[in-house]
Formats: sequence, C-alpha cells, structure tokens
Amino acid sequence: MSIAARSAPVLFSTRLQPWTGLKSSANNVSLRFKYQSTNPPPAKYGGRHTVTLIPGDGIGPELLNHVRELFRFCCVPVDFEVVRVDSSASSEDDINNAVTAIKRNGVALKGNIETNHNLPPSHNPGTICFDLYANVMHCQSLPGVPTRHKDIDVIIIRENTEGEYSSLEHENVPGVVESLKIITRVNSLRIAEYAFNLAREKGRRKVTAVHKANIMKLGDGLFLQCCKEVAAGYPDITFDKMIVDNTTMQLVSKPQQFDVMVMPNLYGNVVSNVCAGLVGGPGLVPGVNYGKDYAVFETATRNTGKNIANKNIANPTATLLASCLMLDHLKLRAYAKMIRKAVLKTLSETQLQTADLGGQGTTSEVAHSIMQEIQRGGPRTSEQI
Amino acid sequence: MMATLTKAFKPILGRQLGNTAKVFGAAVNSQRGKPTYPPPAKYGGRHTVTLIPGDGIGPELLNHVRELFRFSCVPVDFEVVHVNSASTSEDDINNAIMAIRRNGVALKGNVETNHTMPPNHKSRNNLLRTSLDLYANMMHCQSLPGVQTRHKNIDIIIIRENTEGEYSSLEHESVSGVVESLKIITRNNSLRIADYAFRLARDKGRRRVTAVHKANIMKLGDGLFLQCCKEVASGYPDIEFDSMIVDNTTMQLVSKPHQFDVMVMPNLYGNVVSNVCAGLVGGPGLVPGANYGRDYAVFETATRNTGKSISNRNIANPTAMLLASCLMLDHLKLHDYANMIRGAILTTMNETRLHTVDIGGQGTTSEVVQSIMRIIQSGGPLTTEI
Repeated sequence: MSIAARSAPVLFSTRLQPWTGLKSSANNVSLRFKYQSTNPPPAKYGGRHTVTLIPGDGIGPELLNHVRELFRFCCVPVDFEVVRVDSSASSEDDINNAVTAIKRNGVALKGNIETNHNLPPSHNPGTICFDLYANVMHCQSLPGVPTRHKDIDVIIIRENTEGEYSSLEHENVPGVVESLKIITRVNSLRIAEYAFNLAREKGRRKVTAVHKANIMKLGDGLFLQCCKEVAAGYPDITFDKMIVDNTTMQLVSKPQQFDVMVMPNLYGNVVSNVCAGLVGGPGLVPGVNYGKDYAVFETATRNTGKNIANKNIANPTATLLASCLMLDHLKLRAYAKMIRKAVLKTLSETQLQTADLGGQGTTSEVAHSIMQEIQRGGPRTSEQI
Repeated sequence: MMATLTKAFKPILGRQLGNTAKVFGAAVNSQRGKPTYPPPAKYGGRHTVTLIPGDGIGPELLNHVRELFRFSCVPVDFEVVHVNSASTSEDDINNAIMAIRRNGVALKGNVETNHTMPPNHKSRNNLLRTSLDLYANMMHCQSLPGVQTRHKNIDIIIIRENTEGEYSSLEHESVSGVVESLKIITRNNSLRIADYAFRLARDKGRRRVTAVHKANIMKLGDGLFLQCCKEVASGYPDIEFDSMIVDNTTMQLVSKPHQFDVMVMPNLYGNVVSNVCAGLVGGPGLVPGANYGRDYAVFETATRNTGKSISNRNIANPTAMLLASCLMLDHLKLHDYANMIRGAILTTMNETRLHTVDIGGQGTTSEVVQSIMRIIQSGGPLTTEI
C-alpha cells in the first residue's frame, strides 16, 4: 500500500489569485500528481531488509522487543537497526542520528517519544525532515474484542505536517499568545489526492472531509476547496463533508456511516483517537506515516504508556499489527499475512486478552501464544519457542 | 452568578498584564461581596427576554417554548428579533445584540453560517458571543434514564471558553495558497474561565476539575492555559485538579466517561468534547447549553445545530430547547416554574417514554409538547386551558 506522490511543476506555475473563491481547474488536478507504484522496497543485501527501530519511551521498548523476538522466531528477513532517541536529550544529535538512519533505510518502526511540556518549543524534525505527509489509520472492529459498537470499518487519513502542529507560536504582548495554524494549498491538494487514490485502490465508495470552515473560513475553507477539486477527478467516489463537531457526535452514535475520512492535523488527532476508543482502545490499532520516499510505522494513537511500562501488561497488538503493515510495505506479504492471522486469532481468545481489553493476560503470554499459533501453521519457524 | 467574579479581575486589568500575582485564589475572594448579577428589570412583575429564532428547527422549537410558557402562565414576555443569515449587512445581529443588552437574557436558536459567503462575513453566533463577552459556555451532560444509550449514568459538566482560541476569526493569506489562522490564548481569559470552572465546581459540590489541552504541541498557547488553570486551582484546595491531552480525553470519553466530573478547556476542544458527550448521552436533541457573561446570559441547545434537514417536519426533539428555557427560568430566579416544566419534561422522557425519532421513538414534536402540557396541567391549577 505504498504510494509515491510527485508534484509536477505545473502546480507552481498556476497563476496566483486573490481569495475570491479559488478557481478550480479540475482537469489539471490529475496531472499534478503522478503515481508510481514502483516505490521500491528499500535496499536488500543478501535478501534481507534493514529497518530502523526507534524504541522510544514507556511501553515502546518492551513491545518492540517482542516484535524483534517474533520476527526472529518466524525467520522474517528483516534486520533492525536500533537508534535510541531519548526524550531528555538536550541536543538534537539523537534526533539527527535517527533521521539519518531512516533516510538510509527508508523504513522505520517506532515507539512514541515523550514530549516534555516544559521544554521550549522547537520544531519536531521527525515528520518535517521526511515530509511524512499522510498518516493513515485503519480502524476496524476486531472479532473477539468486546466493544459497544460493532462493524466499524473506517480509514482515517490525516494531514501530518502542517495545520495546528506548525509549532509557530509567539507572545508579542505579555499574557497574549498567538498560535499559528497553517494550511497550504499544496499540502491540502496532496493529502486529498492521497486520500482519493487510497479510496480507489481499496475499493471504497465515499470520502468525507472533516473541517470547521464555518469558523475558520480561509484555512479550512481552503482545505475543503482543495478536496472538492480533487474529488472532481474521481467521479466514481462520493465526496461529502462534515463539520468536526458533528463528526465526533456521529462517530459516537453511528460510526458505521463513515468510510474514508480526510482531514487536517488536529481534527485528525481527535477523530483518530475517538475511533481508536470505539474499536477497543489504543492497544489495538496500528498507524502508518507515509511520505514520498519514506514510511514510518507506529501505533495509531501514539501513546507512551508511561504508567504501564515494564509491567508486562501492555497490549502488543497495535505494535505487532504495525509491524505487519511494515512487512506489507516491504512486499513480504506472506510473512505479514502469517503474523497477522496469528495475532487476530490470539486476540479472539478471551482468556488471553490483556488488561486494557478487560482480560487478565500478560504481554508475554500473548506474544507466546502468537508464536505458538504461527508454529502450528507450518514449518517456517526456528526451533525454540 | 459566578460571572460577577470577573470584577476581581479589574485590578489586574489595570496593571501590566503579565504580572498577575500567584496567589490568585486569595485575590478573587477579596472582591466586593454582593452578588450583583440581578435578574433583569421586571416591569409589572414580568420579565422580558430576547428571543432569536435562528434557522432550521430553531423557529418551530421556540414557538413551542412560547406556547408552553403561555400555557403555564410563566411571567416572561419574549421580544422577538430576527437575524437573517443570508444578509451581508451586520444590522440584524447588531439589533439582536442591542436587544440582549437591554434585556440581559436571551433564548436563541442557531443562526446558520453559510460557508460560501466571503470570509469577511463573520459567523453571527460568534459575533454575538464576542460582542457580549459571553465568556463561559456551560453544558451539563447527564444520562436521562428513559433514553437508550450505550453508556449509563454519565454526569459531566463541560465548561468551554467561549470568546477566543481558534474562534478569533483572524485569518490571512499573506502568500497565495498559504493560509494562516491565528489561535489566540490570553492570560486574562484563561484565568477567568478557570475561575468560573472552579467556582461552579465548588457551588455544585463537585470534586474534580480536569483541564483539557494540547500543550505538548502548542506549548505556549495551551501551556499558558494550563498554567492559568493551575494557578486558580491552588486557590481551591478542596477541589482536585488534573489535566489531560485532548486526544486521550476523547478516547477515554468513548470508553470510560464516568471518570470525568467537571472539565474546562479552550474553545475548539470544547466544541469537540461537548459534541462527543452529547452523542454519548443520546444526541443533540437532549442537551441544553448556556452562555454566561458578566452581565448577560444566552441560552440555547448545547450543540448549536440548525437541523436544516429536519426543519418544519414536526420531528425535531424539543427537549434540548425546553431544558434550555428551564435554565433560563432558573437564571431569572423563577425556580418554581423551572422545576415544574423540567419535571414534566423528564416525566415525558422517562415514564411515558414518548420519544422523538432521534432517540428511537415515533413521536412528533407536537405530541411531545402536548404531553408535557398535560403533565403540567395534572400537576396543579397553574395553567390556562389546553
């Protein structure tokens, strides 16, 4: 499911016009982004891929250890290059190392790095350096997990680089802080194009844009306008829009009406967390950050889980499913399918569910059971469990 | 009532803004004591309240409110002010603001904001809130026993800053194709709303206040908001204070809403969180909301929907608007009437189970209102004939 987007030069030569309604040229849109399905799996030496692993804080390290064990057990041809990024780093060297490692490998699997609120604001170089512009989260009700809502199947595509997360704030007058929320035409078109392309690839029927254009008329108005322009180039897919407050209310009462949703950064954060809560919690949903050349895999809700770290009670499902998504990206589909099947099978056994799902199992029991399941499936594993 | 506390801010406003003393709780208590938030002028024993019908389901629901009030002989007269959402001039909304200034209290439906109009056409509802400085939006989400929901026994008060934050309507496009929206957080408003929240929590005997923020990303802005909440919290040692990031909050709300008690937050998060909570207790037709300022109060439905697609079809749920009118009666200190009407609404909801379509029933709006009137009539001799 890797998509490489390329913005053609024609985008930048479009005549810049004042805001009296953005003139859309729907026929130009499909030319702007040429998709190549040849986003290659990164360099393989000796038939093995190298993937950057960033353990992060909290439950990240222990869960990623489980991933490594599992991969070793299943003989998955992936080597991990571990790069430590500490949340207490005072210099940016750690982060720069991680950046270089990902650039080298092209793919990364990471745990969440805690942000210290008291540190002075600084750019998050992570997403900015790689331009990981699309965050994709596929929320599905999993069988065997007790939830109040059933049959949820929503793909949430969230713009990952701009919006409220620009980290541009200043205090010109003491006691008055201005935060800038940036929306650009280029990024909005790009994310909309990504969303519609994904919808088409996966055979989805509807894309919903989530916005607050009645209040932020220029900003979210621009985002909506871009989505509409792109939608014109995909007549087979229905496009509609919904204000974010109504969206969250509908999600809580009738989530089955949503199919694919696309939105700017902050709304994406909130909506994806609501959906994660609906399908069973932060321990179940994997998330991916895609850029043109790079992909980073993590849990969808980006929790550090400090208070359950090292207690062997964290739910490894999200991280394991994220590693399956990574295997898909590396075109190692057989392994991905095998691991995913085992994970879902284990999940449906209620006595093994971890505490966040209301069960009593520990992380290692779950991991162990997954390995057993895989071993049952065939001769592909190394000997010792 | 709590809004008068802002009088304590005056000494702070006079000085340089950034140097507010840390002992904020003490400063607040030393204000001039009398609660000078009077019910507005009564002539002949009757109050006058501004009524803004709005669009969509607003007019029909407010008509029901008027009928009900006339039936129950409530001593309130309504001064109706229409606000046309399609007109580009701001005269309508200015008239409405003037009327509310005169009367002090208003009951309103939502005025639609048309996205296709040019950006200098501001949202009418927003204009109203900022001109009257209705800085606190309060929404009390309670599970009603007769309504089928997935979560039971929810009881959360959400206090949302109503005038600044992302709703400043300050946007510009300096470079073509790049739009900057300004989100403003000020120390004064944050202190004010935090104080409102803690005072309300204390008045209602609540144990905990949770501040909802996104300070890991918006360090200065939401960081300032959090800081102000902490300062105010130190003046209320009997009330527990904690904070939670907005994404985690929404996830927790969907799985375990009973952990929340009182929540305070800036404007946009307030919008989202209040809609999530409204969805949890049964939908937009059930929850009333109130906007309080120092001198004015405006009552409406909590989720501010126009409901265009269900307007004039007699299927809208009148509960939210009627409960909002009860809040208004409480504000005007007409507690007997408020309790009578509220009791009748809850009886209809919980006992006779006459529900409208949005909560899974078959009733029409007029049937529900009739049922409420019948219950009021059977309650005593207070009414005119049906």
